[in-house]
Amino acid sequence: MIDEQLSVLAVVAPLLAAPLCVLMPRARWSWLLALVASVACFAISVRLFVLVQSDGMIVTPLGGWAAPWGIEYRVDPVNSLVMLIVSGISSVCLLSARLSINKEIDSSRQPLFYTAWLLCLSGLIGMTVTGDAFNLFVFLEISSLSSYVLIAMGRDRRALTASFQYLVMGTIGATFIIIGVGFLYLATGSLNMADIAVRLPDTIATRTMESALAFLTVGMGLKIAMFPLHLWLPNAYAYAPSVVSAFIAATATKVALYALIRFLFTIFGYQFSFVEMPLSAILAVLAVAAVLVASTVAIFERDIKRMLAYSSVAQIGYMLLGIAIASQAGVTASIAHIFNHALMKGALFLALACVVYQIGSVMRDDLTGLSRRMPWTFGAFTIASLSLIGMPLTAGFTSKWLLVQAALAAGWWMIALLVLIGSLLAVVYIWRVIEIMIRPPAENAPRQEAPLSLLAPAWILALANIYFGIFTGINIGSAKAAAIWLLGGVS
Amino acid sequence: MLAAIMLPLIGAMLVLLAAARPNLREFFSIATAVVLCVDLVWLASHVFDGDMPSLVLAEPIPGFSLTLAVEPLGMLFALIAGFLWLVTTIYAIGYMRGHNEQNQTRFYTFFAIAIAAAMGVAFAGDLLMLFVCYELLTFSTYPLVTHVGTPKARAGGRIYLGVLVGTSMSMLLLAIILTALEAGTLSFVSGGIFSDASTTMMLGMLLALFVFGIGKAALMPFHFWLPAAMVAPTPVSALLHAVAVVKAGVFSIMKISIYIFGIERMATLPAAEMLGYVAGFTIVVASLIAFSKDNLKARLAYSTISQLSYVVLGSLLAVQAGVIGGTMHIVMHAFGKITLFFCAGAILIATNKSKVSELDGLGKDMPWTMTAFFIASLSIAGLPPAGGVWSKWLLAQATVETGQWVLLSVLLVSTLLNIGYLLEIPVRGFFKRSIDDHRYNEAPATCLLAIGVAVLMTVLLFFIPDPLYRVASMLVR
Repeated sequence: MIDEQLSVLAVVAPLLAAPLCVLMPRARWSWLLALVASVACFAISVRLFVLVQSDGMIVTPLGGWAAPWGIEYRVDPVNSLVMLIVSGISSVCLLSARLSINKEIDSSRQPLFYTAWLLCLSGLIGMTVTGDAFNLFVFLEISSLSSYVLIAMGRDRRALTASFQYLVMGTIGATFIIIGVGFLYLATGSLNMADIAVRLPDTIATRTMESALAFLTVGMGLKIAMFPLHLWLPNAYAYAPSVVSAFIAATATKVALYALIRFLFTIFGYQFSFVEMPLSAILAVLAVAAVLVASTVAIFERDIKRMLAYSSVAQIGYMLLGIAIASQAGVTASIAHIFNHALMKGALFLALACVVYQIGSVMRDDLTGLSRRMPWTFGAFTIASLSLIGMPLTAGFTSKWLLVQAALAAGWWMIALLVLIGSLLAVVYIWRVIEIMIRPPAENAPRQEAPLSLLAPAWILALANIYFGIFTGINIGSAKAAAIWLLGGVS
Repeated sequence: MLAAIMLPLIGAMLVLLAAARPNLREFFSIATAVVLCVDLVWLASHVFDGDMPSLVLAEPIPGFSLTLAVEPLGMLFALIAGFLWLVTTIYAIGYMRGHNEQNQTRFYTFFAIAIAAAMGVAFAGDLLMLFVCYELLTFSTYPLVTHVGTPKARAGGRIYLGVLVGTSMSMLLLAIILTALEAGTLSFVSGGIFSDASTTMMLGMLLALFVFGIGKAALMPFHFWLPAAMVAPTPVSALLHAVAVVKAGVFSIMKISIYIFGIERMATLPAAEMLGYVAGFTIVVASLIAFSKDNLKARLAYSTISQLSYVVLGSLLAVQAGVIGGTMHIVMHAFGKITLFFCAGAILIATNKSKVSELDGLGKDMPWTMTAFFIASLSIAGLPPAGGVWSKWLLAQATVETGQWVLLSVLLVSTLLNIGYLLEIPVRGFFKRSIDDHRYNEAPATCLLAIGVAVLMTVLLFFIPDPLYRVASMLVR
């Protein structure tokens, strides 16, 4: 009984805890409540993941209203993995949030911060579990609006403009998505994804459907920060509070990407999206451009948070490329990279949270001698960096391997080569930072390691990068299962 | 086998723990090296009897696992690297203290990690494992190369990392993934893993990707990381850039030729012949550049580049004599070149001289060092009474067998060039009069001990090359 309602609980738990956070008399209590809600959500996700692995899809009609009239939540091999990573990253980030946020946001606004965080989490989880196209839009808005708030709470006043920029772009994206969903409703008379998919074959290849696909792809593209629609992302990541950067970078774009996968493969289907419409070519070109351009920009970026933001744009390119290949191997690579990239970016931004906490700056030149001043932070940063580069025995390596393998198997030689060149650019921008960090520090620089509650979360994610680079049953194994589920007969 | 990889790692940890007490720290380094040698000899006694244990560690990519497996070539490489690690550690203690280097704990720690990676390369049972350890070796040696921390060292480190990571990530990884798709497996199998369905074109391209992608083999035009890495302290140059790192490169090429392509299949590839000319070109040109270098370590670096291509050439010729000669050359060159680097370091700490032109008359002050230098030079040039003779002989025989007269003359010209640029140093030392009247002492005792062991092995291998030959010929049976 309870197992069937779990998917609803995962959304409701943070949603209900959110308003309670404001009511807490002390900031510390709201932090604790947020952490508990997030961990509960993670525990539910783990349980759901295990259930789906053993028994297959779990369908829960909301309020007992049967689909296609009522909204239903569907947990399947694809979104159970995304849920796992979203709630997991949220919990780890919240662990380090207390100290970091104490320093970056004044205590009167902290309860609001945790409220926004939980709303965002609830929105992201909602987007993943829902089986209803319009409901997905609603949750998308919940997560987006709360993330604008989260970003605007950054110390730097530029956070306000960054947030506003994101708001404008995000709203355009959301509008496109609602238009797309509207077209779908127009053509099929249904909002339930599975139902739309069944009804579509009759009406497919009409101008309406083609426009729906276009609107949805562009709308999601804005949310994903697909090149060249990524302009909101660097500032948003750079000026948001440190833990927010970690949370948003590791989850928000990934969930949007998941939604795109859902629309393309489940609703429109492989045949329409990739055979009748030229999505493969469009996405592949944009993806490769993202990898090359964003990586090059990252090389010249002095603010490390911005550098990592551009690196995210490039990494999103890899994920899109996997979708563009549109084979089982490609989609496996894409989903595995969603998982792996969350681990590496989460670890990198959390390590930077330690740096911000102790040094107060993330400009490259201020980090001279970090390897002596904050050796443990440096260690976590280095491990995650190696994973980002795609060093063997880290999670990053496995996703790179899968992607290149998929590209070669599809006969995309040039693309495979460009992916590898892109990872060399990553070596350049990462190593520029590492090299400065290992320079001998100035004479009077004290050893100023971050407190354990900031270090531990960064290290949890850093070690996860190694674990999931060697024992890949969870990330790659289930990514493969998800790809088979999504593509069905198409190999 | 797994112990051989774990031991240096444990050693690294012990070294870190004993950071505050240098004597204990150095004791741990040496103790680990001794235990490793014992382990390797024990393992070798099984392997050379024909026992080939293997072990699956994990399966990070579905269908492709990380495996350890021992075969004679890897065993040989592990034995040399392990034994010379011991010798180098003894040398390093004298050198690092004599030179008052900073951060010695970091030095010994990463040294041990690098050896663990080299052991991993030696015992890799498939291409994936080989790649993993190959990259680990690159990254773990980076702190050693940039040890002194000067801007020059950082620039050298940048080139080092850039070239090695660049070639391996863009070409080696591509080659490995292509192999996975083409053959469906990455395991090292005697006789190769490609079926007859693979085209000559495809295999030729793969071979080129492998040979250039393994930047550690320093085939031109990807050779310039090696001179750049000479900013490292001498023990690092000695062990890593004469033995562990560069030999990991040529070893990988040899291993891939034997166990991925298979010698018979290689012999049918036109690409192998073309790449053989690239190796020949590298041999001659690197020797010519070595002539022009006045800095002793730079000269040795270019000499290394030239000598590495001997091994590459041996595997590309794809005949029995080539494989055996190349394999023996890995060993011969290791002992010869490490002696030369040890001597260069000994001269540096005893006299603070690093240029060839400053060494006039040094033979009177440092007779032991200079004599050792002389014998090792003979080995590199391939003259008796030093071990280098035999490997060169076999390589020349291989060029004759395949009718590659151009490459035969390359080998002969190279010998002359070697004599020219290496023997110049002992000749200056013994026969020229020194410019100033300053007298110098011999190098520290631990340094001399290490030099003595290495040079003794060089001579021994001249008189008793037979065991080595038998092990090497196990590869082509």
